[in-house]
Amino acid sequence: MYDMKALYEAESVQHAVQLRLEHPEAQIIAGGSDVLVQMREGKRAGKELISIYMIDAMRGVSLDEDENIRIGSLTSFSHITRDPIIQKYINVLGEAVDQVGSPQIRNIGTIGGNTCNGVTSADSASTLHAWEAIVELTGVNGIRRIPIKDFYIKAGVVDIRADEGEIQTAILIPKASYENTFGHYIKYGMRNAMEIASLGCSVNVRLSADKQTIDRCRIAYGVAGPVPMRAPSAEAVANGSAMTEEMVNEFALSVLSDINPRDSWRASKAFRQHIAVEMARRALIESIHRAGGEIK
Amino acid sequence: MIVGRRETRVDGYDKATGRTKYYEDRMPANALYVRIKHSEIAHGFVKSVDASAAEKIPGVVKVLTCFDVPDIPFATAGHPWSMDPGHQDTADRHLLNQHVRYWGDDVAVVIAENEVAANQGVRALKVEYEELPFVLDVQKAMEDGAPQIHDEFPNNILKHTTNIKGNYEEAIKEEGLIKVEGWYETPTVQHAHIENHGCFAYMENGRIVVVASTQIPHIIRRIVGQALCRPWGDIEIIKPYIGGGFGNKQDALYEPLCAWCTTQVGGRPVRIDCSREETFVSNRVRHAIRYHIVTWVRKDGKIAARKVDVFSNQGAYASHGHSIAAKGLNAFPQHYPCPVYEGNAWTVYTNRPAAGAMRGYGMPQASFADEANIDDCAIAVGMDPMEFRRLNIMPKGFHDNFSGNTNYYDTYRECMAKGAEIIDYERKRREYGHDTGNIRRGIGLATFWYNTAVYPISLETSSNRMQLNLDGTVTMQCGETEIGQGADTAYAQMTAQAIGLKSYKDVHVISCQDTDITPTGTGAYASRQTYVVGFSIRQTADLLREKILKYASDLTRQAVYNMDIVDGNIIRKEDKLVLMSLKELAMTAQYNPVHSEHITAESTYTIRNNAYSFGCTFVEVEVDIAMCKAQVTRIVNVHDCGKVINPALAEAQVHGGQSMAIGFGLSEQLIFDEKTGKPLNNNLLDYKLSTFMDHPHLEGYFIENPEPTSPFGTKSLGEPPACSPAAAIRNAILNATGVAINRIPINPHVLFAELSKAGLIHDCWLDKEGK
Repeated sequence: MYDMKALYEAESVQHAVQLRLEHPEAQIIAGGSDVLVQMREGKRAGKELISIYMIDAMRGVSLDEDENIRIGSLTSFSHITRDPIIQKYINVLGEAVDQVGSPQIRNIGTIGGNTCNGVTSADSASTLHAWEAIVELTGVNGIRRIPIKDFYIKAGVVDIRADEGEIQTAILIPKASYENTFGHYIKYGMRNAMEIASLGCSVNVRLSADKQTIDRCRIAYGVAGPVPMRAPSAEAVANGSAMTEEMVNEFALSVLSDINPRDSWRASKAFRQHIAVEMARRALIESIHRAGGEIK
Repeated sequence: MIVGRRETRVDGYDKATGRTKYYEDRMPANALYVRIKHSEIAHGFVKSVDASAAEKIPGVVKVLTCFDVPDIPFATAGHPWSMDPGHQDTADRHLLNQHVRYWGDDVAVVIAENEVAANQGVRALKVEYEELPFVLDVQKAMEDGAPQIHDEFPNNILKHTTNIKGNYEEAIKEEGLIKVEGWYETPTVQHAHIENHGCFAYMENGRIVVVASTQIPHIIRRIVGQALCRPWGDIEIIKPYIGGGFGNKQDALYEPLCAWCTTQVGGRPVRIDCSREETFVSNRVRHAIRYHIVTWVRKDGKIAARKVDVFSNQGAYASHGHSIAAKGLNAFPQHYPCPVYEGNAWTVYTNRPAAGAMRGYGMPQASFADEANIDDCAIAVGMDPMEFRRLNIMPKGFHDNFSGNTNYYDTYRECMAKGAEIIDYERKRREYGHDTGNIRRGIGLATFWYNTAVYPISLETSSNRMQLNLDGTVTMQCGETEIGQGADTAYAQMTAQAIGLKSYKDVHVISCQDTDITPTGTGAYASRQTYVVGFSIRQTADLLREKILKYASDLTRQAVYNMDIVDGNIIRKEDKLVLMSLKELAMTAQYNPVHSEHITAESTYTIRNNAYSFGCTFVEVEVDIAMCKAQVTRIVNVHDCGKVINPALAEAQVHGGQSMAIGFGLSEQLIFDEKTGKPLNNNLLDYKLSTFMDHPHLEGYFIENPEPTSPFGTKSLGEPPACSPAAAIRNAILNATGVAINRIPINPHVLFAELSKAGLIHDCWLDKEGK
């Protein structure tokens, strides 16, 4: 039995926006795998909820007229993993969200909820950062699209304008971002399932036509700082470089000048730094292999 | 033979389809919710509880605090009562406590019409404390000037015992001895059974009825009576199916508080349902134990002398207390008998959650320390670890005077030989341990010492009632509970065989214990059920057979001595002629207008034997050095648990124990904030139970040396599988990396620290293999 004051069921995006404006204190709930847990813990006890879970228009993966990938915010993790468009163009995202929690959580949890939480450990977040996803928000003033790096403001806080009735409606991966690009995600947990990331690392590369150099490399981390983050120094090492062991090692060590993991009882800073380097190395090597490249 | 067959669990279909009824499924619709306010400091006194806001919440019926409870300290351990006051458990807690001794102690309760109101009420209570310094570390708690947790126990020492043989100081003067010394540390872990503890209570005709998720209904009746100062006959405890216990429910948890709460609301039903967070902290945990072991080894590999110091972290309340540390202390010189042994064990109060019984009762901890040290000894004298064990481990014929146990077979060496063959130990020991890349393979083994039941330390008794039904089947009941281990199925098989029925399906085991109805028994613990109930089954079945055959003699005109019961029929022994079926006999006996008889039998058997139950674990690991991860790639347990009653259930028991022990060795640990004493990870996300993905295929094998004291040749298997794997994992990691890690869990944090110290981490960073 949950301690909730009221539950409003939104029937459409417009209805959700309207409910948000009518009930400014209310919490949006989608799959509920985070909100209900917090409510049970007493953190959100007694709150009003606006459920958007029944809005089927916000569910599913599609290609728009410009062949950008559009992922409805209510699309579940297990749906994303099995979706043919995801598998064809950005399989790494499907692999990443397939490492969330348990099968039950992956069936109920949504990518919108995963990102709107604003937590650094979200399994989708580092991959979405590494692929420069665009977040689509719909409010009373219409649609607003912002890069995911701007969406995350600080730990637990994202750029959603509640006063404009905004809800997150989709996540977009531009064609320029995914074309000829191959990536790999490594989740580091203390066990092999039912885990929250101690560190998450997502790397992707686009190789030159002759597959001799890296045309573009992007790397992003979860839990390396208060919000998911890219590692630009490491990317600079890889971009335009030939694929050698020395480059891979230099790339990996360079992440240390970008990331800022914290000391906590869950893991020490020194440990996270060590693992971050190793994950960068392994994820880059695997990305290069997936792109058809070879390390000399 | 019905015993020895792979039979389906008697409760299997209902459990798989969700029909089985647990305590919550029997809940009265009008039960009030009792929710507990736990202390939010690690040590101090409650000065006041302001309930005014809570009492205003709609639905809140009553608030009761530590100032309202009767001033009756009581003991909670699920031990059989001892008539000797010197052996009774320590009565050191109240139903709710003014002197709170750990973060999570019980301060007050809110009783409400619904769960939301009860939880709101708990959040609305304002508790004022006088805070005291606290101590979490077992040895710091023993220091002079440490915070005093219970006034009657100076230096917080609950108990100190010794086990001394020979003169240690003299013995170590021997020329040429090699000293192998280590500190070994095990963590605070929790049982994490699927069903959290819970119970409900109500009053009926002036008596209190408690329906509880417990392993020990008859003992709970006694403890509730003691805690409430009521005659024990006034209390009825009902134990339905439970979702696991592993020893946590071998303790009075919230049954006494629940029983008291119903008396405070006019006998209305009240329920206490522990959350997972409460289960981790406010039930019981396994003792974290620190060992200091010094072993003196001769050049030929024989152990000359050993000194063992045991520091057992009791937490805030005595619960099972020193029994756990003492069991390990006294096992060392039996496991590896040597001429000289000097053992000391201290059980010490700290401001952690109370430690009680948990699967293995001190032996998973002792085995880790013992078997880690033994591997270190083998390496120190340049011997293969298995060879070193074969040289020193308990021989055939060893007799322990205290328990009366005899090692009737060369069990250890037989188990090791079988395990070594299955896992191809000799070859892998040669091949592994030389890897230089990032992935390093290793193989290790560990053995363990265990016994069966609690004789002679405590009473060992079993009572049994059997009734012949009109269809020729038999209904059987006893006080030793089904807690998921499969006891009911083993009882059905043993009963069918002892009487002479056709199938175990002809026995209906009454699974639910009700202390008003069920013959008195002490419950499920100490891996004793199959062993002790075996005695009462055999004795009661003999009584029932005697009655059946006597009645049959009237009907068949055959002598009792010339008849037997085979496959559910009464036969004439001489020519095996079937005289009549049990069904015919039962119907005739019941409906005989001249001589009607309802054929039943009941008896109690006092067991005054115990039995060794030994075995070993072999483990293979792969260590990913750079990622600081150890993965168990193969695990093999071999047990001599005597004759196996049901191989399918026995294997399942081994698999469960291995699973728990993989968590114990690699990932599980309850962590406390050093600054506040607050538990940090009392939930199933942050407390790292091992999952299927962390296990290899689990393998269990048996050596079936029949136990001569048991009517069915059987001995313990419930706890033994959890005892040796952690040490075997540690020893395999040692083999793989050359790094001896003396604390568990060997999780990535520990591997990072230990591998860094050994200089392996930096090397691997830029390893060319890239694996």
